[in-house]
Amino acid sequence: MEEESDTRKINNSFLRDHNYATEADIISTVEFNSSGELLATGDKGGRVVVFQREQESKSQPQRRGEYNVYSTFQSHEPEFDYLKSLEIEEKINKIKWLPQQNAAYFLLSTNDKTVKLWKISERDKRPEGYNLKDEDGRIRNPSTITSLRVPVLQPMDLMVEATARRVFSNAHTYHINSISVNSDLQTFISTDDLRVNLWNLEITDRSFNIVDIKPSNMEELTEVITSAEFHPQHCHTFAYSSSKGSIRLCDMRQAALCDKHCKYFEEPEDPSTRSFFSEIISSISDVKFSHNGRYLMTRDYLTVKVWDLHMENKPLETYQVHDYLRGKLCSLYENDCIFDKFECVWNGSDSVIMTGSYNNFFRMFDRNTKRDVTLEASRENSKPRAILKPRKVCVGGKRRKDEISVDSLDFSKKILHTTWHPHENIIAVAATNNLYIFQDKVN
Amino acid sequence: MFPKGTKRKFSDSGEEPVSGGDQGLPAASSAAARTLTSSYSLQRQSLLDMSLIKLQLCHMLVEPNLCRSVLIANTVRQIQEEMTQDGTWQIMTQALAAAQCPADRLVATEVLCRQTDPAVVMEGDVETEVTMSALSPVAPQLSSASYLADSRTGDQVFGTFEIKHPAPPPDPALEELFSDVDPSYYDLDTVLTGMQSAPKMGPYDLLESLSSHGPTTLSSSSSCRSDLNELDHIMEIIVGS
Repeated sequence: MEEESDTRKINNSFLRDHNYATEADIISTVEFNSSGELLATGDKGGRVVVFQREQESKSQPQRRGEYNVYSTFQSHEPEFDYLKSLEIEEKINKIKWLPQQNAAYFLLSTNDKTVKLWKISERDKRPEGYNLKDEDGRIRNPSTITSLRVPVLQPMDLMVEATARRVFSNAHTYHINSISVNSDLQTFISTDDLRVNLWNLEITDRSFNIVDIKPSNMEELTEVITSAEFHPQHCHTFAYSSSKGSIRLCDMRQAALCDKHCKYFEEPEDPSTRSFFSEIISSISDVKFSHNGRYLMTRDYLTVKVWDLHMENKPLETYQVHDYLRGKLCSLYENDCIFDKFECVWNGSDSVIMTGSYNNFFRMFDRNTKRDVTLEASRENSKPRAILKPRKVCVGGKRRKDEISVDSLDFSKKILHTTWHPHENIIAVAATNNLYIFQDKVN
Repeated sequence: MFPKGTKRKFSDSGEEPVSGGDQGLPAASSAAARTLTSSYSLQRQSLLDMSLIKLQLCHMLVEPNLCRSVLIANTVRQIQEEMTQDGTWQIMTQALAAAQCPADRLVATEVLCRQTDPAVVMEGDVETEVTMSALSPVAPQLSSASYLADSRTGDQVFGTFEIKHPAPPPDPALEELFSDVDPSYYDLDTVLTGMQSAPKMGPYDLLESLSSHGPTTLSSSSSCRSDLNELDHIMEIIVGS
């Protein structure tokens, strides 16, 4: 990945001014589809916005592949659980696209409790000339119809429709933290703090509980599930991460209930850096299989790690995301930042990984050259189509020009959600209520 | 942050008010005070207090962030384990059980809670102000110390903080108490810890205030004592014990 990237603003109306942002506008998830033609964001207000990549035009080569709003719809509404006397937030926790199989697009979106399957389809023609029904769509009295007319398709303005096709509800007592579509294209899993449920995409009234770590006595609870994902090729394998920093790989062929893992990845604790915060910072916030299915990437509070599926006792690679925060853990615990859930992504060829940090910074690590870069998603410091300058955080000693000291980092500006185009060097970065799309320099 | 066995720098241990609590307490408490004079123990103690406040606020929610609560509870367990090993936990529980009003412990949390009032007034109406000011003397009771004073053994103390799920339905009295307060835990917490939109990354403010506010609380401890029965009652409501 080139360090130099091209800023691309996607849509002025979507990039609302930070000062006027409401809580509902905060982006809570962002995801490319499998071709990279579409990009979906979900926000705290329960909305899903889908962007579509513009077709290349010869007259304006510099506008190659900009993303424009394609469809916006309200995926989840706030609800009230009368049994628990509890409000269920509409916030979209995750969006996952289904591989495209026909002209329509399908995606799964989830809030804390309910997963929904949405169909996004285009319509640019409508049938005209029915004589079996009247204008209101009511069937006419057959005795009044004397001839049979074949309806004709007439062109009309392009309409993009989003329709909820399935609603998968009532299967989670705790908060859903992740969903993952299986490579068999028929099933998916939804994961909450203590359980993983397996669903068939066609069946909404039944799911199978495949992992349950809830102790009979909740006072003995010391560990929760933080994320789970299916293997990209092996439809029987999935991995889930825990708040104790471990990853378990499960094989659904072994038993219906995968309480026993087949592989357990954990790095022994380094006694020299042990502190009261060791467990909190080792809690895994995200787990992702590489596209080739060979590796697992995990993000904890300070690092991102790459694991080889054939080596359980330690990670293959460990990258420091913001090690300068190690001395600030107490303050970060006090202000709750230490519980922030940063996600991580692979690039299309699994050679670069990307994850977020504070102060609207995000980090990229090249696994081959071992080079890393800190970039900033900010409207103040980067103009559309400008080249991003690498940023540096000053650690101890004298602060050089262009460096930012640890104490002046803005901890309210955090980049938790990012996504990478499956084939090209295009990334989307969610910074509070702004979505930034960057791509490799266009010549 | 606190590696085991690392020698810690003594800050203003000279005028540390922590030992103030041993007024009229049995010998055990002065031993506890001596142990607490080290800066490490102080930091550990304030971390414990902070964690217990966070946990307590989790418990007020019907559905707290389970991952967060579990991690905080594990931190408390870890501190308890370490304190049990070096004997501090037992000394503290004994000392506090003997003392009716653990004045020295109240300091830390009172400092924390004192910051709530202006912030709450800012975001709420007049009614909120009334509710919160009625509530603020209660808040010190959320500290580890009052728990320790109430229960007989450390194990019991800890049991109180175990995660209960699903949480019991909110007590009507409690609901009324909080009806005007923003129920989102995060806000409440940021207010409590004085960390709003721009989190402070400075030195340990908590500890600084702990040492500077100490003497004042000692003198106010008598008034605190008189309110204690009332506070106990409100605490019973909050904790649901």
